[in-house]
Amino acid sequence: MITFILNNKTISTSEHSGMTLLDFVRYEQRLTGTKIGCREGDCGACTVLVGTLENDHIDYQSITSCISPLGNVHGKHIVTVEGTNLQNKLTTAQEAMKANYATQCGFCTPGFVVALTGFALSNSEKNYTNALNAISGNICRCTGYKAIEKATQQMVETLKNYKTDSDFNWLIENGFIPDYFKTITKRLQDLEVKDKEQSEGKFVSGGTDLYVQQADYLTDNPVHLIARKNFLKGISIENGICTIGTNSTVSDLWNHQEVNTYFPNLKKHLKLVSSEQIRNMASFGGNLVNASPIGDMTIFFLALNSDIEIMDYNGNERSLPLKKFYHGYKNFDLKEGELLKAIRFKLPSNGSIFNFEKVCKRTHLDIASVNSAIHMSVDNNNFTETHISIGGVAAIPKYLHNTSQFLIGKSLSPETIIKASKVLQDEISPISDVRGSSDYKRLLARQLFFAHFTTLFPETFTINDFIEHA
Amino acid sequence: MHKHKSNPILDAKLDAVSLSIKQSIKNLDSFTHVRGESLYVDDVNIRQGTFHAVVFDAPKAHGHIKHIDYSKAEALEGVERIFTYKDIPGKNQIGGIIPDEPLFAEDDIHFWGMPIALIVAESEFIARKARALIEIDIEELPVITTAKQAKAKGSFINAPRSFSLGDSEKAFKDCEYVFEGETFSNGQEHLYIEAQGAYAEPLENGNIKITSSTQGPTAVQKTIAQVLGVAMHKIEVDVTRLGGGFGGKEDQATPWAVMTALATFHLNQSVKLILNRHDDLRMTGKRHPYESTYKIGLSKDLKIMAYEVEFLQNSGAAADLSPAIAERTLFHATNSYFVPHVKTTVISCKTNLPPNTAFRGFGGPQGMFVIESAIAKAASEIGVPARVIQEANLLDENDTFSYGQVAKKVEAKNTWSSATELFNITLLEQEVETFNANNSNFKKGLALMPITFGISFTNTPMNHARALVHIYLDGSIGISTAAVEMGQGVNTKMMQIASEVFSIPIEKIKIETTNTTRVANTSPSAASSTADLNGKATLKACKTLLKRLISVASEDLNISEEHIQLKDEYVYTHGEKSNLSWTELISKTMLKRVALTENAHYATPEIHFDKTKEKGHPFAYHVYGTAIIIVTVDCTRGTYEFDAVKIVHDYGKSMSEGIDLGQVEGALAQGIGWMTMEEIAYNDEGRLLSNALSTYKIPDLFSVPKEVEVLPVKTDGHELAILKSKAVGEPPLMYGIGAYFALQNAIRAFNPKYDLKFHAPMTPEKVLMSLYENK
Repeated sequence: MITFILNNKTISTSEHSGMTLLDFVRYEQRLTGTKIGCREGDCGACTVLVGTLENDHIDYQSITSCISPLGNVHGKHIVTVEGTNLQNKLTTAQEAMKANYATQCGFCTPGFVVALTGFALSNSEKNYTNALNAISGNICRCTGYKAIEKATQQMVETLKNYKTDSDFNWLIENGFIPDYFKTITKRLQDLEVKDKEQSEGKFVSGGTDLYVQQADYLTDNPVHLIARKNFLKGISIENGICTIGTNSTVSDLWNHQEVNTYFPNLKKHLKLVSSEQIRNMASFGGNLVNASPIGDMTIFFLALNSDIEIMDYNGNERSLPLKKFYHGYKNFDLKEGELLKAIRFKLPSNGSIFNFEKVCKRTHLDIASVNSAIHMSVDNNNFTETHISIGGVAAIPKYLHNTSQFLIGKSLSPETIIKASKVLQDEISPISDVRGSSDYKRLLARQLFFAHFTTLFPETFTINDFIEHA
Repeated sequence: MHKHKSNPILDAKLDAVSLSIKQSIKNLDSFTHVRGESLYVDDVNIRQGTFHAVVFDAPKAHGHIKHIDYSKAEALEGVERIFTYKDIPGKNQIGGIIPDEPLFAEDDIHFWGMPIALIVAESEFIARKARALIEIDIEELPVITTAKQAKAKGSFINAPRSFSLGDSEKAFKDCEYVFEGETFSNGQEHLYIEAQGAYAEPLENGNIKITSSTQGPTAVQKTIAQVLGVAMHKIEVDVTRLGGGFGGKEDQATPWAVMTALATFHLNQSVKLILNRHDDLRMTGKRHPYESTYKIGLSKDLKIMAYEVEFLQNSGAAADLSPAIAERTLFHATNSYFVPHVKTTVISCKTNLPPNTAFRGFGGPQGMFVIESAIAKAASEIGVPARVIQEANLLDENDTFSYGQVAKKVEAKNTWSSATELFNITLLEQEVETFNANNSNFKKGLALMPITFGISFTNTPMNHARALVHIYLDGSIGISTAAVEMGQGVNTKMMQIASEVFSIPIEKIKIETTNTTRVANTSPSAASSTADLNGKATLKACKTLLKRLISVASEDLNISEEHIQLKDEYVYTHGEKSNLSWTELISKTMLKRVALTENAHYATPEIHFDKTKEKGHPFAYHVYGTAIIIVTVDCTRGTYEFDAVKIVHDYGKSMSEGIDLGQVEGALAQGIGWMTMEEIAYNDEGRLLSNALSTYKIPDLFSVPKEVEVLPVKTDGHELAILKSKAVGEPPLMYGIGAYFALQNAIRAFNPKYDLKFHAPMTPEKVLMSLYENK
């Protein structure tokens, strides 16, 4: 049985764990406020909140229910738009949307309302930027968003006096959520949640890639859900080495304060990776084994020269450099029954610097045409260590061995960088597809390589230093 | 709101706009929208035992069907039946303007995604599983994907159309400058967030009720009757509301509704069909791609003396609305400019793409893109800013359009000068120049975009509507019209009209679903004119009822009618409040056996058009405006952000300022999307590559302009607009065209060797390639 609280109601269901949460909510529970827009996590119309009990507090996050397996909600509190409604009056988020004309056809609206309510409930600092991030996964085709921005602003105004407390009293008193929320902590604590027996099916973590690619299969076949609890989760730092459990989500990294001190631009980079809803679900292990040549986090970890740890059913473990993991298109070194356990890398330290670049048709919530990352150390104006990765220009997410090697020992100068960009061109083999022509990807690969240097050394280089001689 | 330190007049105007928007009426549907309680077709309660359907479609773009084997699919548990053209009792024909489109393919397939069969099963999931079991053998035929290929092969939808004014051939000879060129504008996916869908349920006597997500309930009703071979009165079409339409549900909502009706006809059970996103993207048509060639001639003082253009419209595999869309391209080929010698021709080319269809602007944007390209090209060659040519040629009062209509109450120059003065174009241009002089990694570009858009269905007979108004015993009111609410706020506007006429609170008024049994033989909700047509009908019905009520009050109070008015739910006599309340008046009216229901018909006066001469007066009025668009291009990465769009728009006397501003902002974002990131891609075999939201990108929160400022131009409004509040749905989309030219100007600031190209959309790929072209 899958047991959870849906809005104000405790649910126990024997439905298949691989069914999507969206289908369960809409068609089994007749809660039709949660809309179907794309079933790919790309529009946010199906956004719901997941409340997870953390000690005496519930941590709420927004997710897209269309690519979320029902089994993952076991033991949680799920909130749909209906679960935010007050009797006969609008919540603060709803009123802000109405007052600012932020709803036209209304189809995407519940998704926005839920995401904004999720922001109010979340641990993030209550400022406008964070509020916009909270709705970054919601697409609206009618308004052009300006009205939605105003609504968000109005809501953030109201949140100025926000006082955090574990029972959400302030939010209840200020009309953000109905008062049953104060009962949820206790009810989740009391919920009889036996660890669910997992079937020997396909491993599924957040589901953000798998449910886009094979939702029908997963709805119809056994799935082995691994996102639950603390299994393979957690980010730890010891002696300058960061270890990330593969079941951790991108949001776990986003929220990790210590990691953020090592990567001052981490949030800026991760904002390019996906929407908040997806970051809340997507696991690193999933991103690595999806083996997309353009996987953002894979490119990120490749430039950090990461190692990966692999385990099997019998507890055997092995480890190898991530750059040796991929052999060909969607072909990688993982045997039947094996599972990625952790990613391990040396954090940027004295003198070493990191950058991530990504260009796509739409800057946010899109798949890259080309992405690239660099981690390097420069001493006395000489490259001492460099690791460069690039995606979208080969059958695999590519670690640029030759380019990285070429730079070592050379001076940090336009001449060196231009020469290295030519080495880079010999290492890549882009093809033309819907993400761009091969000519474009070649040019973009060069430009992003240059961009690493104009970004990391803004006082030293402008783009003209590279192109006038290139 | 952004404050302009140096411009207190502008600040005062912007503040006034914000204030009046705060006070203006809210969209009355928003209460249920924000609570998730509004009902769309997939939310309507379905009957027990309802079947679910999935469409089996052509897996190739062109070919002859040699064999289809349904046996495995039919054998799958839970599959009820599979319907093909053989099950059609009436005509296998759904073409609206030209009967050239079958509901289901018979022997041949003409586009990838063409419906072949309908699989009906106990669940959508089972139906989809069954679809994968169907085996089809196709003898492939050559595939045409572009209009040029079609033209070369002589593959057309209908005969070309041409408009002309003056004698362009002769005029070119006297021109100081003559330039020629080619342009391309790509299609655009509607991407209504609610996909296409319909739900059919059997009633008595073989009657069928269909809930459809359509802009055109009558088209759905008529087509179902034709396909089933039954009378129209047997088919009831009900529309609750749409989760976005944008033209995509004007004609192309029909096939899915017909399919559910066909299945219900045979099974005598309810059937629901909601397309999943991939099916919707693959099977439905989009905005038409256009390939065009132009020739523009200017005098020494930069007056456009002559303009010739040939538009090749990629119509897809069937006519759909293409002929009407082609016609509107001709109507708007000269945008906001007066050109004395014009010759425009449009050719609707038949290709193996899904039939392309209506999309906000309806061919107008494609026409305007070409003349703006021609002006940009001329400006670049002559060495003047494009805006100098634009400004020198703006329409004036009594100028004649190429289709013979004489321009009246023209606001082209007014909106232009308001925009350039209020927003201080000189200063904005200086800021761009200074920025570009001081930055090498980023460059800014600025462009102006004037618009002129005609309001009315260009097919004159379609400009009519009816409204059915009931006043109930307790004084509450129910209104039915042909208007379909799809986010444009038409429900709110209808309520405002009744509320104003009767002087009762809006809460007393309800807008009913759009239903063919209450309002029949309607035109679709389209052409920006839904509020005008249905509003005028509603106004007429309400005024007739008001007259009746006043007559009852007059008799009751023994005071002559001219001294009686209704105000704030009371009868006023000689301007003084009487004791007779609205509800009492209604009771008295009922007791006197006077009708509390009225059905009014409205047909737009004055308009006419003669297709044999291609001359007439097709539009009730025009909407005008001018936008200034500023963009910043990242010259390393080829990406861009729009800093600001500043607009002076001609709303007339807006009856719902907040709602109308929403239309301007939303249309602008859609127009910019069309010109920038939204890229439809088919491969040479005619397969859609941009086939999911992961490969077709529409603007998100972070990609719309950072700042959008819209000021109304002060006018008296237009008598043919509802309460003088002008149509606002489509025109602002065309402000987005300026985005293309702003980008181009930024690229040139970085790369003077860049050759101007007019090939939309200007994706980050094209921007980057242009930045480094010849470099």
